[in-house]
Amino acid sequence: MTVLQLSDITVRHDGPHGPVTAVDGVSLEIPAGTTVGLVGESGSGKSSLVRAIVGLAPVHGGRILLDGREAGGHTVRARRRLGRRVQVVFQDPDTALNPRMTVRRTLEEAATAFHRLDRRTRAERVARLLDLVGLDPQLAGRLPSRLSGGQRQRVAIARALAVGPDLLIADEITSALDVSVQASVLNTIRELQRQLGLSILFIGHNLPAVCYVSDVVAVMYRGRIVESAPTDALLRAPQHPYTRTLLAAVPGLPATSPPPGSTPLSVDTANSAPLHAGCRFSALCPDGPGRHPERTVCTERDPQQGAADRPHRAACHFPSGTVEPDEPEDGLS
Amino acid sequence: MNPVRLPVKPPRSPMTWIALAMLASLLLLAVAGPLVGGAAADRPDLSAVLQGPSAAHPFGTDNLGRDLLARVLTAARLSLLLAFAATLLSATAGILLGASTAVVGGRARRWLGALINLLLAFPALLVAVFLAVVFGAGATGALFALAVAGIPGFARLSQTLAAGVANTDYLAAARVLGLRRHRLIRRHVLPNIAEPLLLSTTMAAGTALVALSGLSFLGLGVQPPAYDWGQLLNQGLDRIYAQPVPALAPGLAVLYAALTFQLLGEVLAGGVARRGPALRARREAPAEGRPATGDQVLQIEDLTVELPTPDGVIRPVRGVSLTLRGGEIVGLVGESGSGKSLTALAIADLLPEQARVTRRTHRLLGADLTTMTAKERHHHLATALAMIFQSPASALNPSLRVGTQLTEAVRAHRGASRAEAAEQAAGALRRVALSPTLLRSRPHQLSGGQRQRVMIASGLMVRPGLIIADEPTTALDVTVQRQITDLLSGIRQDSPTAVLFISHDLALVAGLCERVLVMYAGTVVESLPTDRLATATRHPYARALVESVPALTADRDRPLRTVEGSPPDPLTPPAGCPFQPRCAHRRDRCATDTPSLTELDPGHRVACWHPLPLPVQAATS
Amino acid sequence: MSPPRLSRHPWPAFLGRRTARLLPSLAVVLTASFAMIRLVPGDPVRAALGVDAAPALVAARRHQLGLDQPFLAQYRHYLAGLLHGDLGTSLVTGAPVAELVRTRLPATLGIALPAFLATLAVALPGGLLAAVHTRDGRRPRAELAFTAVTATLAGVPDFVLAAGLTALLAVGLQLLPVAGAAGAGSAVLPVLALALAPTAVLVRIVRVEALKVLSEDYMRTARAKRLPPVRLYLRHAAPNMATASLTVAGSLLPAMIAGTVLVEKVFAWPGIGSAMAQSVVAQDYPVVQAMVLILGTTVLLAGLAVDLLLALVNPRSAIGEM
Repeated sequence: MTVLQLSDITVRHDGPHGPVTAVDGVSLEIPAGTTVGLVGESGSGKSSLVRAIVGLAPVHGGRILLDGREAGGHTVRARRRLGRRVQVVFQDPDTALNPRMTVRRTLEEAATAFHRLDRRTRAERVARLLDLVGLDPQLAGRLPSRLSGGQRQRVAIARALAVGPDLLIADEITSALDVSVQASVLNTIRELQRQLGLSILFIGHNLPAVCYVSDVVAVMYRGRIVESAPTDALLRAPQHPYTRTLLAAVPGLPATSPPPGSTPLSVDTANSAPLHAGCRFSALCPDGPGRHPERTVCTERDPQQGAADRPHRAACHFPSGTVEPDEPEDGLS
Repeated sequence: MNPVRLPVKPPRSPMTWIALAMLASLLLLAVAGPLVGGAAADRPDLSAVLQGPSAAHPFGTDNLGRDLLARVLTAARLSLLLAFAATLLSATAGILLGASTAVVGGRARRWLGALINLLLAFPALLVAVFLAVVFGAGATGALFALAVAGIPGFARLSQTLAAGVANTDYLAAARVLGLRRHRLIRRHVLPNIAEPLLLSTTMAAGTALVALSGLSFLGLGVQPPAYDWGQLLNQGLDRIYAQPVPALAPGLAVLYAALTFQLLGEVLAGGVARRGPALRARREAPAEGRPATGDQVLQIEDLTVELPTPDGVIRPVRGVSLTLRGGEIVGLVGESGSGKSLTALAIADLLPEQARVTRRTHRLLGADLTTMTAKERHHHLATALAMIFQSPASALNPSLRVGTQLTEAVRAHRGASRAEAAEQAAGALRRVALSPTLLRSRPHQLSGGQRQRVMIASGLMVRPGLIIADEPTTALDVTVQRQITDLLSGIRQDSPTAVLFISHDLALVAGLCERVLVMYAGTVVESLPTDRLATATRHPYARALVESVPALTADRDRPLRTVEGSPPDPLTPPAGCPFQPRCAHRRDRCATDTPSLTELDPGHRVACWHPLPLPVQAATS
Repeated sequence: MSPPRLSRHPWPAFLGRRTARLLPSLAVVLTASFAMIRLVPGDPVRAALGVDAAPALVAARRHQLGLDQPFLAQYRHYLAGLLHGDLGTSLVTGAPVAELVRTRLPATLGIALPAFLATLAVALPGGLLAAVHTRDGRRPRAELAFTAVTATLAGVPDFVLAAGLTALLAVGLQLLPVAGAAGAGSAVLPVLALALAPTAVLVRIVRVEALKVLSEDYMRTARAKRLPPVRLYLRHAAPNMATASLTVAGSLLPAMIAGTVLVEKVFAWPGIGSAMAQSVVAQDYPVVQAMVLILGTTVLLAGLAVDLLLALVNPRSAIGEM
């Protein structure tokens, strides 16, 4: 069963130089009880996608289905409908919590957002939520200024869980934390997923961290999902050249040297290169027209078509470096 | 960023007491003024019209012989009441208008913003004059005129403040919880903007009082027979050439009230804050520094940094020793607050002035910095050392061209001519794989990775013996990070430059550096070759840190290693080993004696009384 | 809804957008000044001429002002008049208001502009200097003194200061002319009265801005290069604080122009402000109306000028953002 299904979502912002398409036709499924990881570098559109899903930013195209029913919307009413089922934890521990509200009040507000609870139930709920995210219930009386970054992120997770959601979206929740704190938050996320049978959309730019918690990983590049596959399969046999570039760039302990040919071609002007009809990664692609001049299809045709039929749904004409272009069935060209 | 900036304590200065005393006197005046002066203020005495100051009439009398001191005292109540009422009205309306912009939709927000902008284009006094004319001259008209005229200012301020709240994650979370708008405003927006609003309301009360007096002064405010300070000033103005005191007395009252609110606002703003205890920049007596040995680029021993904070002096760096040879690249890793950045700033002599630095030895390229004068040190550091900072977005000056920023150091310190410097800059850009055409561009035209390359090129310009790179890739994407680290390790191949690479990312340091020092709570706890980092750390903290990093190949069913507890409070560091309160292996001695770095194997030193045993497979290899 | 794409020639586009933004405000000024005379309680003509004026005279004046026509026709007539430079006639003197404006506007600008420039000239370098000397919490005593002095000066109302200055300098010490406009010396006191408080406000803000800039990463970079102090502060710091400081300065200008109303009254300075003050008391509404229009428009044009100046100083942020 699928909890959340995104189909062909497009999100635009007003930029200084006209509208910018931050998310461009993204489709993604989050099956019940699984953790889906979404990984991408800055500017790939991950956070815009999150804000659109939970109704904080308007969606310019596509559909958001919750248990098969339309759930999108930018109004308070639509947000309330969605909020019962989907909750989100954001990136910044500094602003995650209202500085004027104690942990208890924050959690009570969330717990009573959709249900009336009497005083005793509320107190029990707060204690249980804190216990769930591995915090001492004694912290309930504290203001956020007296909590560490990791503790604040845990309270934010508890606040999201207070509603009893089916889907938890974690948007870069460990990016601002130290390594050892990140480890304990990642442990908590995995623990919660198992204990509560939650579905989780885990978003991040740190590939090892995302892979550690996720059953399925989707890789985003410049507003599009270029590859999605079960975590082990993605790590074992990445299909899209961008995924391979990303994997190669991850520093590892012990140190691994990048496989030859996996470094991107040019310096990091990727995000300012103009968009054309073809593949967005083509200008930098180590397997693309830069190294193989005959592969003109990369700049001419959108590899998104036919992605569903390729292994790992890779949006690439030459997945895994294949020699022949991956012809779509309608046989254009 | 590490806490180099010093926080400030709430004020307890004489200004607080002065402001409070002035406020109390004003309130007293408003309550008691009419009672004291009432009778004399309204009693005409035709035998004593237009008198100057005298014992009977300290401020003189007006054209009907009424005592001016009594009138000024009596006028206080009306003046203050009107000002408070006007402020209250405009604050309420303006704050609601402005705060609502945080929770309404995008279109409504734009419209409200445009409306506020439009109203704000006109000065409040002009609007008040206009409205006072329209409402009709009189106290009520002036009151409403001022109230309306004050709305845009409050609206703009609350709009700006609310926009800050609107960007926070807690407001986003509250919206995802489906809270309704009035609740968002009441619980999440207003409480978090209340303080600055209270401050500006105080200031606005002063402004309103002055403006009301101004309106009355123009004849648009309070009408006779009632009177406030503005009107008294207006009545007396013609006498200013003959009798300055009676003419100015009401003005002095306005001035006193205005200053009261101004000072009160000042005190509320905490502008007159007390600083932490100032440390004398006491230099240690030139200690017995070790002589320079071999090809050492940097040699620093027993470095300690003390910083004053409002709560007391902290020592974020405690006894760090560090040696770098030419061409070597050494990693300095630690979590936030471990003191790694302050160590770097201390080496570069870039700490804020109040920081007190002590070290036994500080040699850079063979020259002893501890014995140099400030000027000599300044010059030596300028050419011997270059620093690269974390955020390339903010480390380059946005208003200067790349070329200027590259060339200015050699022109200032190496005496290069403009042409020579430009030549060298082009060469430096080529070394970091950038086109020399970028010399003409400005930082905002470059990508993040390009900016960091420019920073490196700028460092290379002075041909330094040591480059300190403080988290140079933390703000960059992982694919760009790789390019920057490749570049840094490449630099050493064509010059004897040493690199001190500071990072929180163990995996990154492992792939780049030859040696690594792990810092915890201001001390180096372990120093080892990086090939031993993954498998052979001996300090419990370093081991835990290594094991808490998720690897791509990690077993996803096993929880990651974590460290219980949190780093020590810098104000109350634990006795003995700084890690002992969190250490699973601690014994009695750990809590009393501080371990120092001791060599276990060649090139591998640990500060621990009971180093962990080597894992089996590492010990055999 | 999306903002227009930045054209290849940003200047004309910027000017166009900035002028377009002026139009609604201008419409507000026009409408407000027009509506004022119709909104005042009671009959403005009778109020100006006195209760015992002959009904025929009142009717004639009403006709002369066009008050007996339909509302929209009056508005059309008003706008048409403005286009021809007709600002109406004074109810009291019967003289054309345009003539009054022509003789008085230069006098007002003659104190408002110097006051603004003096504010900039003192506050910009003063704020930077104060920031340099008190950054990172050094010289806490100097900082306390700076804060106390500027806070006090910022709280001094301009018209009270004007009265005080008159009493002290002119009457007491007999150094400068006290009233009226007679030569450059006579402008000193009005300019001082207008500029003092805004200077104190601005110098504080500039200091805060400068402290912000001094704590930026790029200043640390520049310090790491061990550049000489002059270069550090003038080349690296000053340009980056110019935009914010000038924006704040620009926001002080309208209040300064409005302040002329009170200050001119104290010094009997023959400008727009004192004319307005007099006609308010005399309930000479056509004059008040014209003065509101002129002062309002001046404020708007001053805002435009400041924005253009900002765009010159920092083309990227000013033109790009609008």
